[in-house]
Amino acid sequence: MNLDTVSQAQIDPDHVQPFRELGLKDDEYFRIKEILGRRPTSSELAMYSVMWSEHCSYKSSKVHLRQFGEKAPHSEALLVGIGENAGVVDIGQGYAVTFKIESHNHPSFVEPYQGAATGVGGIVRDILTMGARPIAVMDPLRFGLAQAPDTKRVLPGIVAGIGGYGNCLGLPNIGGEIVFDETYAGNPLVNALCVGVMRHEDIKLAKAHGTGNLVVLFGAKTGGDGIGGVSVLASETFNDAKPTKRPSVQVGDPFAEKVLIECCLEIFHEDLVVGIQDLGGAGLSCATSELASAGSGGMNIQLEKVPLRDPSLSPEEILMSESQERMCAIVEPSNINRFLAICKKWDVTATVIGEVTDGERLNITFNGELIVHVPPRTVAHEGPVYNRPFAEPDYIAKLAASTVDVPLPITAAEIKDAVLKLMASPNLADKTWVTSQYDRYVQGNTILAQPEDSGVVRIDEQTHLGVAISTDANARWSYLNPYEGAKLALAESCRNIATSGAKPLAVTNCLNFGSPEDPGVMWQFAETVRGLADACLELGLPVTGGNVSFYNQTGTVAILPTPVIGVLGVIQDVRERTPMGIAKAGLDLYLIGQAGENFSGSEWAYLHGVMGNQAPELNLDVEQRLINLLLEGQSIFESAHDVSNGGVAATLSEMVLRHKIGAKVSLENPAPTLFAETPGQVVVAIEPTSTNDLVALAGKFQIPILRIGTSGGENLIINDADISLVELNQAFTETFPKLFG
Amino acid sequence: MRIGVVTFPGSLDDRDAARAIEHAGGTAVSLWHGSDNLKEVEAVVLPGGFSYGDYLRCGAIARFAPIMSSIIIAAEHGFPVLGICNGFQVLCEAHLLPGALTRNQGLHFLCRDQRLRIENNSTMWTNGFSLNQEVVIPLKNGEGSFQCDDETLKTLESGGQVIARYLGEDPNGSRDLIAGISNARGNVVGLMPHPEHAIDTLTGPSNDGLTFFTSVLHQLVGRA
Repeated sequence: MNLDTVSQAQIDPDHVQPFRELGLKDDEYFRIKEILGRRPTSSELAMYSVMWSEHCSYKSSKVHLRQFGEKAPHSEALLVGIGENAGVVDIGQGYAVTFKIESHNHPSFVEPYQGAATGVGGIVRDILTMGARPIAVMDPLRFGLAQAPDTKRVLPGIVAGIGGYGNCLGLPNIGGEIVFDETYAGNPLVNALCVGVMRHEDIKLAKAHGTGNLVVLFGAKTGGDGIGGVSVLASETFNDAKPTKRPSVQVGDPFAEKVLIECCLEIFHEDLVVGIQDLGGAGLSCATSELASAGSGGMNIQLEKVPLRDPSLSPEEILMSESQERMCAIVEPSNINRFLAICKKWDVTATVIGEVTDGERLNITFNGELIVHVPPRTVAHEGPVYNRPFAEPDYIAKLAASTVDVPLPITAAEIKDAVLKLMASPNLADKTWVTSQYDRYVQGNTILAQPEDSGVVRIDEQTHLGVAISTDANARWSYLNPYEGAKLALAESCRNIATSGAKPLAVTNCLNFGSPEDPGVMWQFAETVRGLADACLELGLPVTGGNVSFYNQTGTVAILPTPVIGVLGVIQDVRERTPMGIAKAGLDLYLIGQAGENFSGSEWAYLHGVMGNQAPELNLDVEQRLINLLLEGQSIFESAHDVSNGGVAATLSEMVLRHKIGAKVSLENPAPTLFAETPGQVVVAIEPTSTNDLVALAGKFQIPILRIGTSGGENLIINDADISLVELNQAFTETFPKLFG
Repeated sequence: MRIGVVTFPGSLDDRDAARAIEHAGGTAVSLWHGSDNLKEVEAVVLPGGFSYGDYLRCGAIARFAPIMSSIIIAAEHGFPVLGICNGFQVLCEAHLLPGALTRNQGLHFLCRDQRLRIENNSTMWTNGFSLNQEVVIPLKNGEGSFQCDDETLKTLESGGQVIARYLGEDPNGSRDLIAGISNARGNVVGLMPHPEHAIDTLTGPSNDGLTFFTSVLHQLVGRA
């Protein structure tokens, strides 16, 4: 084997290296040489190339993401902020909750099942790494047109992958979204959220402290999967006889991860680690350099000790492998025997591969030869930062000036047709075909799950404390106005939380965009971050972490800017949660909030192929008052459901279909009230005896309310339009099975 | 009254089964797959999950765990055993129950609130139900289609060993819509749906599942 060592790099400084093939720009390569005072070894080059990639370094987004820190509201709840594997918030009673959302978009397009499965696996390890027991997952998904042939390939595979992995881990899947739009053809979005819980004192950090402490790699053995660009190096450096076209999408083993979770939790319980990091993107390169960089700086690693599935792997490949289900821990020598004993109990392979030193370098040797000798911060935390040019794209002004001309259903027949058409459209149709492939019951603490406004999970069986999670994005509004779009997504997510009866506490985000090298896309991104940071500040919610996914575009066509906003809320007593479905007849239905007439970005406009005008302007003061009203009125709401995609028409349909109890509704101005999409509205059902309480609440919080009807019967009756629930249910439920089998 | 819950590597609903036992008034005792010690429990639940990842046939590896050798011997002497989902699969692999669970007819994992009819209320785990009682219990599995040969089916049907049958739309293609069976003696019961997820209406669709656990507790108290 021709090993490229540090001493070799010193004697042949002009050796030509394939840095461009690895995705590094000329100036980035020169900067590496400057840092090291010599050319990098092939292993070092591999490490820098992955760690300085957009995915790992956030080099295009960093300058904007700083706003989340600069504009951060003061929050007593925040225990661990941005920068760690996941943020942690205090929910009271000594409990800390950690949650985060990440993208696995590109792998899921290439190999839907494994791409989506390992997306779940990765986010779950991030949560575990914080010291928490993972307690639920959620998956916001976006696809090209529902009837497109490639969607029929991608969607079933992704859904099966999420189910196959998450179900086997024993994590309830409690929500998410599925949205279709032609811009996602070729660029499906697979975002995965995980939430975990721990006691305050159990929080773990990714830091390598303490000279002489041991670096332990544990979990699955390292294989050749997920190596990606490094095969360029391998084929450049080594002879061509060995396999180089390894799968660049990782392959998941959920059983290995399940065992790893239980093993880690037992290790945490006995307080046996100083620091811990999972191996995800960039594998061992990332874990060792981040642990060392965040710690005291020095670390020695003996790479030949890494247990391999494939003995032919080169050092570069071992460093880059993204084999799943692996963790790296820093353990004091006095604890190592106990640590290894717990791993043995769970049949988890664990190997000491190095130690923390008092030096300032990360040294990696392979059979005694020094192949990496770098300052770890330059790899992990001091990568390149770009101020990419951005400019408002031309379409913005053009669309803003256009009008949204859609048919307005007025007569009974028109309203009936419109409701049936809307509820059968893929974006609004029943998603049971998908969610029935996910286990929502496991762990026995799921209080609300899809299709409820938010997922609610019980944390403590004695005190009934719980958390609620919701994810939302309205990409069409973000396309029309990314600043407002981000604020609207945050507001909707908060409203969903409050509608279920929980108080919004913290925010995570997954920002999915096209190419940052396109100034128009970069402008969408910059505006999105600005809007989200402003809105979080105004609502007093800290951003605890997030993820950026760029390059979601095919040719010059970028996806709609899709900031998926996740909000975590806390509910003191889960028994008081408010479900969305109408559960009995004789309730009064109220529309809370001001109805509007804006169709831009609405589902109704989308169904008519119209995209234009301006996104609604959000009034966060009104949203905050609405949230307060919902929380204070929680005890009088028999059911409550947010108005979002599909407007009031969809809200009412979903409420009556949940338990097949109908409603009779009369509206003065049916077309806009039913089909326009106006933020800041919720439909609630209350006992008639609670009327005075609701009126008093509306007065207190200065939110308009309108009595629109009563529950009961076997039909949804809107003015003169009479829709039987059987017919409505058929339209609602047959779309997905027809499309996907 | 001590009831054991076995944890295999990959067991998922073990803590949920323990919770259900406690709700029913029993004491849940955790049993480890790698030990043959039944810790003086008076009944055992084999919980749901994916033991050993179920990469071979479901339950095929778990069946050889040291704890199973103790359970098999005890069960043959009338010791009450309930296998839920993966536990049912393990019981079939261990030949404590006949038949096998195969891939769902629709080839998808299926999670839904399932209506069932309890058709035998004389087993140790179902004596608290009324005969032909209709219940709703979550079903969640990928390999829940019960299959057996004609002769076995005849024995099961004629001997009253079909303890629960699916109602409504067929979820998975099981023979005769069988959701659960018992052995001839009635001490060993296998059930595809998850009664431990129907112990209260806060976290489940009903509290119908609790009766499986109160049944065995009553039986054991009566015997003592």
